[in-house]
Amino acid sequence: MKARSAISSPLLAALALAAALLFVADLAFGSVRIPLAGVIDALAGRSADRAWTSIVLVFRLPKALTALAAGAALAVSGLILQTIFRNPLAGPDSLGIGAGASVGVALVVLASGSTGEASFLSGLGLAGYALLFLAAGAGAFLVMVVILLFARRVENGVTLLIIGILVGYLAGSLVSLLVFFATPQKAQVYLGWTYGSFSSVTFRQLPVLLAAVAIGFALTVRSSKSLNALLMGERFAETLGIRTKRSRTRVLVAAAVLAGAVTAFCGPIAFLGIAAPQAARRAFRSSDHAVLVPGAALLGSVFALAADIASQAPGKGAVLPINPILAIIGAPIILSLFLRGSREEGGLR
Amino acid sequence: MTGPSSRAAILRAKGLSIGWRTRAEAALATGIGLELRARDFAALVGPNGSGKSTLLRTLAGLQAPLRGEVELCGRDIRRLDVEERSKMAACVFTDRFDSGYFTVFDIVAFGRYPYTDARNRLEERDLAAVEEAIRAVGLASLVGRRFAELSDGERQKALIARAIAQDCPLLVLDEPTAFLDAPTRVEVFHMLRDLARSSGKAVVLSTHDIDHALRYADSLWLMDGGHSFVAGAPEELATSGAIGRAFDGEGFRFDPISGVFRSVEAEEPYAVGLEGPEGAARAWALRLVERLGLVASKGDGGLETIGIVEIEAGEGEPRFALRPTGPGKPRLAAATYTDLARLLNDLIAERTGR
Repeated sequence: MKARSAISSPLLAALALAAALLFVADLAFGSVRIPLAGVIDALAGRSADRAWTSIVLVFRLPKALTALAAGAALAVSGLILQTIFRNPLAGPDSLGIGAGASVGVALVVLASGSTGEASFLSGLGLAGYALLFLAAGAGAFLVMVVILLFARRVENGVTLLIIGILVGYLAGSLVSLLVFFATPQKAQVYLGWTYGSFSSVTFRQLPVLLAAVAIGFALTVRSSKSLNALLMGERFAETLGIRTKRSRTRVLVAAAVLAGAVTAFCGPIAFLGIAAPQAARRAFRSSDHAVLVPGAALLGSVFALAADIASQAPGKGAVLPINPILAIIGAPIILSLFLRGSREEGGLR
Repeated sequence: MTGPSSRAAILRAKGLSIGWRTRAEAALATGIGLELRARDFAALVGPNGSGKSTLLRTLAGLQAPLRGEVELCGRDIRRLDVEERSKMAACVFTDRFDSGYFTVFDIVAFGRYPYTDARNRLEERDLAAVEEAIRAVGLASLVGRRFAELSDGERQKALIARAIAQDCPLLVLDEPTAFLDAPTRVEVFHMLRDLARSSGKAVVLSTHDIDHALRYADSLWLMDGGHSFVAGAPEELATSGAIGRAFDGEGFRFDPISGVFRSVEAEEPYAVGLEGPEGAARAWALRLVERLGLVASKGDGGLETIGIVEIEAGEGEPRFALRPTGPGKPRLAAATYTDLARLLNDLIAERTGR
């Protein structure tokens, strides 16, 4: 009797390779074309061209690392939410969790004492970034707790999504009010943040983002066994000896940390959180979280890096916003997976 | 309750009240006392809403009792933690789930969760337990098939295999035969009883299938929907009238002789006599008469006898004849049950003018 599919390891390796290639490509593309050799020289610190070195190390490396981490983080956050809510449409943005993070960010940015700075994050010290992250994480977690309280009473997944949308509206109106009473400069800074971008994170802020993402991953990877059981329902999991409340809280904290950190630093990034887990399930033809967690993370990174490269496409310094690019690249991929999968009655639909 | 036995008691409940702890604390049933020993197969029956699922959840430790005690393998169920419980009671509930890409193997392997490490690696003995359980329910040929692609019966068997793989002294199943076709229902009852016998487990299931419960269960647990609970051998509950009290409704009564529910009054106020040798043909002719709403007359009774059915059962197919009562009526031959039913219906129509 043989049961486990063996496709997961080669596919994981292929995705890791794709992510690595896109990562290097992301360093090479931009308003200034730098040849691959130049990128490698700059990374190794032996480039003769100081401008190239500066562009690669100061601007593009943090941006590429941010895309890599943010893509993976949103994908894993979405995977957790889809499993816990047992709903394929759950995701950081569809459940209003991104909106919750926005409230936290809006409170810090609009109510903070700092004067209007040109760039959103430049006015904040390291303590400020930590505060920003904590506020976004707290906002995200608060919304998640509210949704979860409803989820215990409401069995219907569609109702749950409507509740998520309502909570999202509520958070959005709080933000609107905050914007209304803020100074124009601050309001502009905040609005710039809402477009979503991987490029506003500098080397000084990067450790905060990476640490938050690392914590979120560590919590999730250790939970793949209980996530598998929770996918089958809480009572099912409990009869198998899973401490359901503890497990669920742990992964939801992970999902809030991941989505909150990314939203704090990159703005509300849509689509990835819902699409990457869907794509992972269909690509790996698996519902096993031991495969899906790394699979969705890698797919999320690949999507984010590809979108970031595409956003540089116009050249000459113009950079497209990331959210529409993600949808343009991702939606056809997802649609084709759905078409292929619908014939086989795909998993979480 | 029961006399002493050499077999180990696996489940015991005393003075148990079950229900939801609301402000009103409305108990679904009170004063429940029961006992299950190794090799026992119990069937829980009762009308909808009488609290069958709640009782099963309470016995499995998933819901706190309102009052009273539940002992699982000699230990107070409230003092067992989730992990200990998962090695003592395996459950199959009716909750719906989306099994995604999980295969039969994956689903059954869930049964090994209480024994695997945090990374959920299946050791040699886990693999052996999973394969053994899949073989026990006869799904070996479907081991790599997606669970979502199975028929209702195959799914139920895979879930039973999952519970078997969990290797617990107690198996609790909530309505495992709902949605199954008739042969598969028999198969599941048979399988579960054999499991209790061959592995020395205690098995309890809830069901609406009173007929099978009466045939297979060592012990029938009856909830009447009026807060009371009775346990006993199926024969005791059938003859004492307990089943009737729990289920009898408007115009229907449990017949302790045949073990099935019957209409209280004949739908047609006429009787028909049966003549012929005892055997399958006569038994089925009797059922045919009752199906048409007539009463098989035994020579007495107040109903007017409208005819006599003669049964000739020999080597081949049985043959029938109908002799209507009354002068000048011809004897009518019927080659099949279909013909006999048509003749009787004609006769009823003639009498009633409908």
